Amino acid sequence: MQPTLWLVIEPKWRTALQRIREERARGLGRPLALALVAATFWLGAYGILYRILKYFRGVEELGPLLAGKLLGLVLLSFISILVLSNVVTALSSFFLARDLDLLVSAPVDWLRLYLSKLGETLLHSSWMVALTAVPILTAYGVIYHGGWVFAPYAVLTMFPLLLLPAVVGTAITLVLVNIFPARRTRDLLSIIALGAAGGVVLLFRLIRPERLARPEGFRNLLDFITVLRTPTSPFLPSEWATQAIMSDLRGAFDPLPLALLWTTAAAFVTVGALLHRALFAPGYTKAQEGAERFVRGGFWRWTVGALLGPLPVAKREFVLKDIKLFFRDTTQWSQLILLGVLVVVYLFNIKALPLHRGEDVGFFYVTLVSFLNLGLAGFVLASIAARFIFPAVSLEGRHMWLLRSSPLDLRTLLWSKYWIGTLPLLILALLLTGSTNVLLEVRPFMMVVGLVTICALTFAISAMALGFGALYPQFETENAAQIPTSFGGLVFMMATITLLGAVIVALWQAVYAYVRAVYVHQPVVVDSGMIFWFAIAAGICAAATAIPLWVGLRKMESFEF
Amino acid sequence: MIRLENLTKLYGSFVAVDDITLTVERGELFAFLGPNGAGKTTTLRMIAGILRPNGGRVLIGDDDVHRNPLAAKQRLGFIPDRPFVYEKLTGAEFLRFVAGLYGQEGDAVERRIAELLEVFELMSWRDELVEAYSHGMRQKLIISSALIHRPACIVVDEPMVGLDPKAARLLKDIFRQFVGRGGTVLMSTHTLEVAEVMCDRIAIIQHGKIAACGTMDELRRQTAAGNVSLEELFLRLTGGVQARELAEVLGETS
Repeated sequence: MQPTLWLVIEPKWRTALQRIREERARGLGRPLALALVAATFWLGAYGILYRILKYFRGVEELGPLLAGKLLGLVLLSFISILVLSNVVTALSSFFLARDLDLLVSAPVDWLRLYLSKLGETLLHSSWMVALTAVPILTAYGVIYHGGWVFAPYAVLTMFPLLLLPAVVGTAITLVLVNIFPARRTRDLLSIIALGAAGGVVLLFRLIRPERLARPEGFRNLLDFITVLRTPTSPFLPSEWATQAIMSDLRGAFDPLPLALLWTTAAAFVTVGALLHRALFAPGYTKAQEGAERFVRGGFWRWTVGALLGPLPVAKREFVLKDIKLFFRDTTQWSQLILLGVLVVVYLFNIKALPLHRGEDVGFFYVTLVSFLNLGLAGFVLASIAARFIFPAVSLEGRHMWLLRSSPLDLRTLLWSKYWIGTLPLLILALLLTGSTNVLLEVRPFMMVVGLVTICALTFAISAMALGFGALYPQFETENAAQIPTSFGGLVFMMATITLLGAVIVALWQAVYAYVRAVYVHQPVVVDSGMIFWFAIAAGICAAATAIPLWVGLRKMESFEF
Repeated sequence: MIRLENLTKLYGSFVAVDDITLTVERGELFAFLGPNGAGKTTTLRMIAGILRPNGGRVLIGDDDVHRNPLAAKQRLGFIPDRPFVYEKLTGAEFLRFVAGLYGQEGDAVERRIAELLEVFELMSWRDELVEAYSHGMRQKLIISSALIHRPACIVVDEPMVGLDPKAARLLKDIFRQFVGRGGTVLMSTHTLEVAEVMCDRIAIIQHGKIAACGTMDELRRQTAAGNVSLEELFLRLTGGVQARELAEVLGETS
């Protein structure tokens, strides 16, 4: 007799329940902090969209069209992200998961295996998008008086929208694994994901959503309305979902879009299951193949190794090891390309700011933007540190047997991790702040303040990432990209935002004195008041550097494996 | 020399290792036996400095592993039962890295790497990433890494798992030669034949306590078992005789 689908899924369900129980046993601190952050995010997203939709609602004729277009764009971005996310998740759940040996060797038929793994893929890749959709759809429901019935109706609309990318992503992975061995596919996927991310950016550049906010760019009202009425594409499920939701909210329920969504989802699942029956077995066999990659020559040894020559051998070998591991793992270094693209977009946005129009207020705004840019750059650095430095200690977890049984001093380990993370971050920080300040044409005072502050912030952010990473290690997680999304990652980001806020508040007094002096055409004097605030900011950064490293070291000394 | 003095380890209220005192002398190959969950791996991990004991101490030579860890660990080579290796390093790079952890570098290390890879027949794999190694090859690499810095003591958890017969024989020879030159080996194993043939002394651990310790003759005297094999002794001490009878009942096919 075939096992039921529930039996196949049950271990995952029981594991999830056990995790919840363990979380409960740890006390209420974590769930409360998570609930607070989630509530803040939801309320923030809801508040912003509520205001926008309220404004749209006040615009006759155009209002519902604009609201529909906005929802279409949001849902399009959702399914674009979901396809990518599902491709990557399906690789793990269908081909690399640890339970596969058990399931494949057991008498479980192909359909149950497909449905259980599809469900797993759907859940893992879509939960964040689903949660993000809640405040958005709530705002639509409230503004357009959808009533309580709108909630189940929205779920009915969103489910097939989430299911379709899962089926498509799974099918893409299935085909890819049959062409490339799974271990290579993981590398390849990083490149595909990057290309696809670039494609999504390009898509949005072509759609140019910002022009909808500037109707004066159109020749006449008719042109504008025509653009609003035209669906982005009649074949996109995001468009059907938009029509389904908006028709219901406008009180003119149209069953066709909903029927299209559900029938297409059902057809896709059927085709996906048939594809799985044909391709899973050969694909899974290929997934067992080794990568067989030879690494000849000593590029890193002769370059970085030579530069690190003066260091003690343990430190040198540790740094070299970390650099090699980073650049040999495509999933790690390929994200640098994405980072490069983001930096260019960041600089482009700064350049596009309409600040230099010859008005008198130019100086004030330039200084203000340059100053606030410190906070923004700090946030970008914190996000990068969360992705690359925060997981550093966790990733050593499985190798701790070697590190702890060797005479390696944990300070050496922490030192190596700190500088490997800090130096590239520092270069990026200086590049971001220096370039934006050059683009903004700030005066030398702000340039010096900006560069020195961002250096101090970088040292602190890097130390905090490492320290919090040691405090909240995730030794069981194999995928480095999942580590920053843990509770510890959240705490780190919250702590970093607090640090940025404190430093900006401390520096504000000094910068304000400078702006006032320039405004009233007085010489800028670095007086005791200014020095005091600079010292406060420096003190905060020094404490935020030293304390997390010290705490992290103590925590690492208490690790047991 | 490895000395354990009143070593104790608790996991919550569970006593994993209960007041163990033991000395493994220089030039001695010592086996640590026991059923699953008896506390063998916990004890070995405390000796390697990976776990901190709740009581007692571990001495490698004269150095306390937890009070003077760097000096103690310099003399120690540890081979765990489930080793994770850096997948994206080549075999040679991994060995060079481990040598670096022990403060060793230069031509001497390169020669040692070549020797070890040659002995374990991994030379043709030296420039290949570890992710492509089989389980047995990884085990050989780990054993090489424990020998790279020429330790005085080796602590090894289940050394024969995953090794082909040739490599298993090689490892036995290496360990015998190692103790013959004054080294100390403390190994945990479930392969009782290996322990019986190879080891100078044997300790059998049960529920975190040492149930019996000594040479084969001493163990026979302690248990008044007569001229029986180590397997028989082990089963008597760990209650396995009843389990064997039960297994015979369960093994009957329907």
